Amino acid sequence: MSAHAHHSPAGRLHRPGRTPVHALPAHCKILAHLAFVLLVVATPREAVWAFGLYAALLAAAAALARLPAGFMLRRTAIEVPFVAFALLLPFLAEGERVTWLGLSLSESGLWGAWNVLAKGTLGVAASVVLAATTELRQILLGLQRLRLPPLMVQIAAFMLRYADVISDELRRMRIARESRGFTARGVRHWAVLARTAGALFIRSYERGERVHLAMLSRGYTGTVPVIDRLTATRAQWAHALALPASAAVVCVLGWTL
Amino acid sequence: MHVPDGFLDAPVSLATGAVAAGTVAVCLRGARRELGERAAPLAGLVAAFVFAVQMLNFPVGAGTSGHLLGGALATILVGPCTGILCLAVVLLMQALLFADGGLTALGTNITLMGLVTVVVAQAVFAGLLRVLPRGRGAVGAASFAAALVSVPASAIAFTGLYAIGGTADVSLGRVLAAMTGVHVLIGLGEAVITTATVGAVLAVRPDLVRGAAGMLRPALVIRTADGSVPAPAPEPAPAAPGRSARPVWLAGAAVTLVCAAFVSFYASADPDGLERVATDEGIAEEAREHGLADSPLADYGVRDVDNERLSVGLAGAAGVAVTLAAGSGVFLAVRRVTGRAADPAREREPERV
Repeated sequence: MSAHAHHSPAGRLHRPGRTPVHALPAHCKILAHLAFVLLVVATPREAVWAFGLYAALLAAAAALARLPAGFMLRRTAIEVPFVAFALLLPFLAEGERVTWLGLSLSESGLWGAWNVLAKGTLGVAASVVLAATTELRQILLGLQRLRLPPLMVQIAAFMLRYADVISDELRRMRIARESRGFTARGVRHWAVLARTAGALFIRSYERGERVHLAMLSRGYTGTVPVIDRLTATRAQWAHALALPASAAVVCVLGWTL
Repeated sequence: MHVPDGFLDAPVSLATGAVAAGTVAVCLRGARRELGERAAPLAGLVAAFVFAVQMLNFPVGAGTSGHLLGGALATILVGPCTGILCLAVVLLMQALLFADGGLTALGTNITLMGLVTVVVAQAVFAGLLRVLPRGRGAVGAASFAAALVSVPASAIAFTGLYAIGGTADVSLGRVLAAMTGVHVLIGLGEAVITTATVGAVLAVRPDLVRGAAGMLRPALVIRTADGSVPAPAPEPAPAAPGRSARPVWLAGAAVTLVCAAFVSFYASADPDGLERVATDEGIAEEAREHGLADSPLADYGVRDVDNERLSVGLAGAAGVAVTLAAGSGVFLAVRRVTGRAADPAREREPERV
């Protein structure tokens, strides 16, 4: 169970701005993000310099979006559990062993740790740039434009719209518990917390039923009309794909050199 | 545990992506069947619930805490298709917005945390409800077993993917032992929390526990003002064949378990021996090279073998449980389909307004 850093409501991930990166249509950015991460994952781990180039490319994108380094570092902290795992790899893995500072480390384990750390960090950083420069609604429109099934987009839209409401209900229940002198300290208190989860489910489900009735009374027939379609000019596509295109060059170089 | 980018190689990521896409396509259709046109708002709210409940920390003691993964809970409460769909949406949003789990590993994460946990949990849950005597205790026990098995099953599936496309050179036995060991513990926590949560929902709105629909119907008899029971729901007694089939199910489960014990004994004997030989050889080589420093290694080797035997046993038991559950699930599905075909008038899903 990784420690989830979801404690900030979904809305706080976005950093409003008027940079060229913010202005790009969401579906271009999502595709560019996916292509970039795929290329990073496909790069051989022995090409250490290639990952430096990838990091430089991402840093350039973050700088273009005016994302401060502190912000990037804070948000990247989500991968800490995997850093811990990666640091264990040199001790666990098999193969030839090298001695460093009196520790016997597996060489392939070191490569494995480097591989997980480098690729994982680059993937997280790319996600952070995307989430920080794109509004939630734009991401949903982008997913719709990328032909994600409409029902899935609708479910995601409802989830994001009500995530804060449901989280607030959870918070109110916590305040209600604490104002009655309850603090969960151990396994003995799980029953109370589980009752909270059960009550939260009932409230969520009943809210869903009310939302559905409200939608029916406004003429909902099972589909939501698409009012605004995202469009992208050729120049916007070119700008968005500049990142994965340069990454592709690095990837090819990483395989050939 | 969300798999990050670069943990599995590109082919495995793409393959699991295809599996996840197919799963989501099937579940989109299934969710419409489970929820009708209410699918979008209800599944959206359930996804928001799964998202929120993963923030609810359950203190284990000594400053650490865990949280619910929610696969088993989702399938018991809202049905497998809606459950997988909700988990898939949550994982997609976590990957895109929260950088939690890589985007290239999204297919892997949906396969492991959505598909595997939900299918295993649903199969165990439905299978146990079939076998156990009816009642609230049965629902609790089935929830417990479903959640308990689903988490290590996901870990075993991860080990399988890792065997094909892992990027770190750790021996499979160790990965399996570590993953299974940790996830059996996590599964215990998940089981306790899931059971208590399902129990809490059952106590207030038993009609919302989809997995137990029909189990507890006698408790919800509607009476008019004068105490008479109006128009008893015409239930075309499927209970009689179900009850007569129960001894068969129990016997089958017992036979399978006994077989599993023997099979895993013989199955574990072979790789165990191989492993032992390899370890001995390795130690011998080490000893020739270094002379010293073999005692901790030897210690490790022996410990490793022990772990391996344990892990193979565990994996065998879990695997058999999974197979049994999956088989039962398929059987139930087939039987249900044929039953429905034979009796089209029977309304299977009472509409709740």
